Amino acid sequence: MMEHVPLDFPFIAAALLMGVSLYIIIFKKNLIKLIMGVAMLAAGVNLFLVALGYRAGGGAPIYTGVPKETMVMPVPQALTLTSIVINVAVLALMLTMVIRIYRHTGSLDSEKSRKLKG
Amino acid sequence: MDSLIYHSPALIVALPLVAAFAIPLISRAGYRVRSTFSLVILGLVTFLVAVLAVDVHTVGIRVYTFGATAAELALPGGYMVPVRIMFQVDGMSIFMGIIITTVTLAALIYSIHFMKDQTGQARFYSLMMLLYAGMMGLAFTGDMFNLFVFLEIASIAGAGLAAYRTNMADALEGGFKYIVVSAISALMVLFAIGILYSQYNVLSIAALANYMQYTTLDMIALGLLGGAFVMKLAGVPLHMWAPDTYTVAPAGTTPMILAASYTSMYALYRITFTLYGAHIDSTAIGWIVIVVGVLSMFVGVMMAVHQTDIKRMMAYHAISQGGYMLLGVGVGLAVLANPVALASYGRDAINGGVFHIINHVFYKALLFMTAEAIFFRIGTRDTNKMGGLARNMKWTAVFYIIGALAISGIPPLNGFASKLLIYETVLQFNPVLAVIAMFVSLVTLASFAKVFYSAFTGPEMPAYREVREVPKSMIIGMAILAACVIFFGIFPGLIVDNLVAPATEALINQAPYINAVMGAVP
Repeated sequence: MMEHVPLDFPFIAAALLMGVSLYIIIFKKNLIKLIMGVAMLAAGVNLFLVALGYRAGGGAPIYTGVPKETMVMPVPQALTLTSIVINVAVLALMLTMVIRIYRHTGSLDSEKSRKLKG
Repeated sequence: MDSLIYHSPALIVALPLVAAFAIPLISRAGYRVRSTFSLVILGLVTFLVAVLAVDVHTVGIRVYTFGATAAELALPGGYMVPVRIMFQVDGMSIFMGIIITTVTLAALIYSIHFMKDQTGQARFYSLMMLLYAGMMGLAFTGDMFNLFVFLEIASIAGAGLAAYRTNMADALEGGFKYIVVSAISALMVLFAIGILYSQYNVLSIAALANYMQYTTLDMIALGLLGGAFVMKLAGVPLHMWAPDTYTVAPAGTTPMILAASYTSMYALYRITFTLYGAHIDSTAIGWIVIVVGVLSMFVGVMMAVHQTDIKRMMAYHAISQGGYMLLGVGVGLAVLANPVALASYGRDAINGGVFHIINHVFYKALLFMTAEAIFFRIGTRDTNKMGGLARNMKWTAVFYIIGALAISGIPPLNGFASKLLIYETVLQFNPVLAVIAMFVSLVTLASFAKVFYSAFTGPEMPAYREVREVPKSMIIGMAILAACVIFFGIFPGLIVDNLVAPATEALINQAPYINAVMGAVP
């Protein structure tokens, strides 16, 4: 089944995700949407990293399973896992800050809740 | 003792990291125990940094491989590429290490009294240690992916500190801007790391530099990394977060976030000089760095002149001074391929740019601390509401004068030493740039003099008659930095020869960094 999927398909998906998320980050005024944009950017980069690690016909590098196929190098997967964990922390911090900003200013619009200018 | 020196690169990062998570527990024993514990840990780390600095200065680049049978074994037996995570400490890394450690020490001492009556102190000291560990890791790492991890650690801790005063809406806004900018730039870095890994299958900076082909994909990666780090170091036109974040961060931490910005600048230099080094078109890249530098200098100072918030004014000056560093190093980079020009002025230009980092962090940290001392006593940052403060806050006024004269490049303070190096060398490269640099310096002096007159001199204001000098620990914190500013100004030759020149050499000559890891490979 897998061999019918073109290998560069995940890369196109990653590029689309990153493009859309950059548009959101730059043009959307709502702070929650901004955070969703950052989350999508992270998802795009993670997809890119995982796609790099894919080798057609490769097996998962788990020694206890004693796989018959050639095992793939697990570095990109390890990177992705680390990056996901870090991004969870970043997104959680962002959301707590936005909740606090909303309590102070009563608005999630980045234009209306701005205090610092000039 | 020997094993302490041997393991110092790992301990310098590990100790504050462990301390960061131990502090909430230790805080249960009270304010005094927590302050002592933080000071002891940081004192120990400062000692280790000093020992490591002497070692790197005498022996040369230091490689520390985690998990290897011997720490200097970069290549495991039978392998041609480094697979383990490693720290590589050379002249430039330890130079950043000294800056970060001194600023953190001063900030910690300053914070002890500054934070005394605040809530949530345990988390404050935790985040401070975490930020320190993140910055030191960023300066020491020899691995691209660890660069990303430490960048994120420093960003999360920095944003938490900037938004520490959650009772103020503007503090949250400054912290939120910092975390958004940091998250985006860190993801750009990760994307670039993915691109590099896809081609060379290694993550070590030395190994990547060794195999570098400079293909189109590598150029894209360089662009992403450059953009990300320029955003993090607040270079114009990607500087919008800096004034907000620097303004709202509580006292001791503004200098630390400033140091974190220059750690990103270190990462930018490490990427351009060490990773891409001989492959890039250094004239074109050098000119890009120069243009960003000149824009930062000019826009930063022009935005600073009309500010009425004292910390916001200083934050714009921080952007402007960052431009001097980029200008100096950019000139050096532009003539990197030309040995004659490099010997006659290029090397000195990089010396000036690198020397300005340490000078600027010290005097700007001092200035931010004086601004927060005023805020601590009178509760406003608006210069129009201040007046006659020098009557009651003598030490703060003296420290402000030292910092203001240093940032304007008045001899014999340290700002003069590095700015003179930059002027002289840039004049030989392109006189127009030198004129702009001198003009910016004049405007800087004018703007700081204006704030001095409105805040410290003038008749005594009835509202501030009862204002007292700040507590002793805050004075000690500022005095450490003021002493460094004066010492560096009186003995610039000593500092340039022993600290700055090895750092410049580490940037210009990428071979020792690569050979320290790939030495066994023909």
